[in-house]
Amino acid sequence: MAELSSVDWSRAQFALTAIYHFLFVPLTLGLSFILAIMETIYVKTGDEKWLKITKFWLTLFAINFAIGVATGIIMEFEFGTNWANYSWFVGDIFGAPLAVEGIMAFFLEATFFAVMFFGWNKVSKGFHLLSTWCVAIGSNLSALWILVANGWMQYPVGMTFNPDTARNEMQSFFEVALSPVAVSKFLHTIGSGYVIAALFVMGISAWFLLRKRCVAEAKRSLVVSASFGLICSIFLFFSGDESAYRVTQTQPMKLAAMEGLYQGEHRAGLVPFGILNPKKTIDNNESVFLFDIEIPYALSILGNRDPNSFVPGIQDLIFGNEAKGIHSIQERIDRGKTAVLALKEYKIAKEAGDNEAMELSKTQLEENFKDFGYGYLDRPSDTIPPIALTFYSFHLMVGLGTLFFVLFLVVLYLTMANDIEKFRKILWACVYCIPLGFIAAEAGWIVAEVGRQPWAIQDLMPVHIAATNLGSVNVQISFWLFAVLFTALLYAELKIMVNAIKKGF
Amino acid sequence: MLIKQAFDTVFKIVDFYIQGFRAMKLGKTLWQLILIKLFVIFIVLKMFVFESNFNSTFTNEKSKSEFVLKNLIQGTK
Repeated sequence: MAELSSVDWSRAQFALTAIYHFLFVPLTLGLSFILAIMETIYVKTGDEKWLKITKFWLTLFAINFAIGVATGIIMEFEFGTNWANYSWFVGDIFGAPLAVEGIMAFFLEATFFAVMFFGWNKVSKGFHLLSTWCVAIGSNLSALWILVANGWMQYPVGMTFNPDTARNEMQSFFEVALSPVAVSKFLHTIGSGYVIAALFVMGISAWFLLRKRCVAEAKRSLVVSASFGLICSIFLFFSGDESAYRVTQTQPMKLAAMEGLYQGEHRAGLVPFGILNPKKTIDNNESVFLFDIEIPYALSILGNRDPNSFVPGIQDLIFGNEAKGIHSIQERIDRGKTAVLALKEYKIAKEAGDNEAMELSKTQLEENFKDFGYGYLDRPSDTIPPIALTFYSFHLMVGLGTLFFVLFLVVLYLTMANDIEKFRKILWACVYCIPLGFIAAEAGWIVAEVGRQPWAIQDLMPVHIAATNLGSVNVQISFWLFAVLFTALLYAELKIMVNAIKKGF
Repeated sequence: MLIKQAFDTVFKIVDFYIQGFRAMKLGKTLWQLILIKLFVIFIVLKMFVFESNFNSTFTNEKSKSEFVLKNLIQGTK
C-alpha cells in the first residue's frame, strides 16, 4: 500500500508539473505567430502604430517566456528519480527527439530571441522580422519533438525490444517521427496554443475597449487575434477530428471512455452532451447516462470514416468480440504474462550459457511483445481508465472549442463593422474566455493522458511498472514543494503581466 | 585582414548584447526571475530533491540494465 501511494504521488507530481508547464507553453507557441503577423503588417505598411502594437504584445510574450522557460526541465529530473524503469525502457526513442528539440530550441529560439528584443533600430526591419518569424517557427518545432516523444508513448512504433539491455532500440527514426499519432497530436496541440494566444490577445484588447483606453490599437489587435483565432479554430476542428480517428484506431479504450460507450455499436452515435450515471459499471445493466443528447452515426464517422461501421465499447474490449476480431483483455493478459516469463527465461538461459533456450525464449518474447505490459495486470478491468474524468474533460474541451469558434466569428464581424464597442457583454465574454482557453487545453491533455491509463507506454508498460522511488526526499514532500514553486511562478507572471497591461500600448 | 574582420564581428555581437542588456527595463526584472528560477531548479532541486536518481545510483549501462531487467521480471516497482 505504501508503494502504491508512492506511485500515486509520483503521478500526481508529474501531472502537476506538466499542467503548470503547459500553462506557459501554448501562449508562447501562439503569441509568437501573432507577433510575427503584426510585425509583418508593420513592415509592409510602415505604419508606426503597428510597431507600437507589436512592441506591446512582445512585452507580454517576453514575460510569459521568462516565467515559463526551463519549467519543463523539472519533468526530466522526475524521469530519472521517479520513473527510472520507464526512462531506461524507452531507450533512445525518447532521448533522440528530446536531443533534437534541445538543439533546435537553442539555435533557432535563443539566437533570434536576442535580435527580436534588442534588435529594434540596430538591425534592418527585414532582418528583425525574419528573427521574429524564426522564433515563432523555432518554438513550434521544439514542440514537435516533445510531441513526437509523447506520440510514441501513445502508439509505440519503429523500435524493437532488446532483452539483453531491457531497452527499446529505434529501428526507424522516420517511423517514430512521422507516426500518424505523433503528427496529429502535434497539429492539434499547436492549434490549441494558437487559439489560446488568440483568446489572450482578444481578451486583453477587449479589456482596453471596455476601459476606453488605447482604442485604435485594441481594435487592430482584435482584428488580428479574431482572424487568427477563427482560422486556427477551423484548423483545430480538423486536427481534432483526425486525433479522434487515430485514437479509435490505436487506443479504442480511450475513445470508449471519451464517449461513455460501454456496448459497441454499428452506426454509433456521438454524445455531444451527457450526464453519466455514477452507478454504471461494466458488471451491471444500469443505463450509462442520466441524460444525454445523441447525434446518430457521428461516432462511427468520427472513429472509422464510415457511418455504418462498428465502434467497440468498453465491454467489447474487456470481454472480447469474436465477430469483430477483438481479443479479450484476459487473452492479452495471458500473452503478456507469457512475454514476461519469456524475458525471465531468457535471462536464466543467458546466465547458464544455453543458446538454444535463449533463442527459444527470445522468439516467444517477440511473438508476444505487443501485449508485454498486460503481463503486469491482475484483472481485465485494470485496463479501464477513469471514465467520468475522461468523458467530462473531452466534452468540456470540445464545448469550449465550439464556444471559441463562435466568439471569434462574432468578434471579427463586429470589429470589421466597427461596432464592437456597443456590445459590452461580448467584450466581457472575450475577457472571461482568457482562462477558459487554458482550461480547454488542460482538459485536452487530461483526455490524452488519463484516457490511456493504466499505461505509461501503450500496451507495453503500465504506470506502476514504470515508476521507481529512487529519491531521498519523500515524493509527497517534493509534490508540495513543486506546488508552491509553480504557484509562485504563476503569481509572478500574473502580477508582472497585469502591471505591463495596465501601462497600455 | 580576415582576423580583424572576424574580431570586429565578434565585438559587434558582444556590444549588441551589452547594449541590449543595458537598455532593458522590465527585462531586468525578468532576468532576475529567470536566475532565481534556474538557481532553484539546478541548485536547490537538483541537489536536495533529485540528487539521488537513476544516473547517480547506477553509474554504468550494465547496472542500469540489470536493475530494470530485475524490475521487469519481478513486476515490482
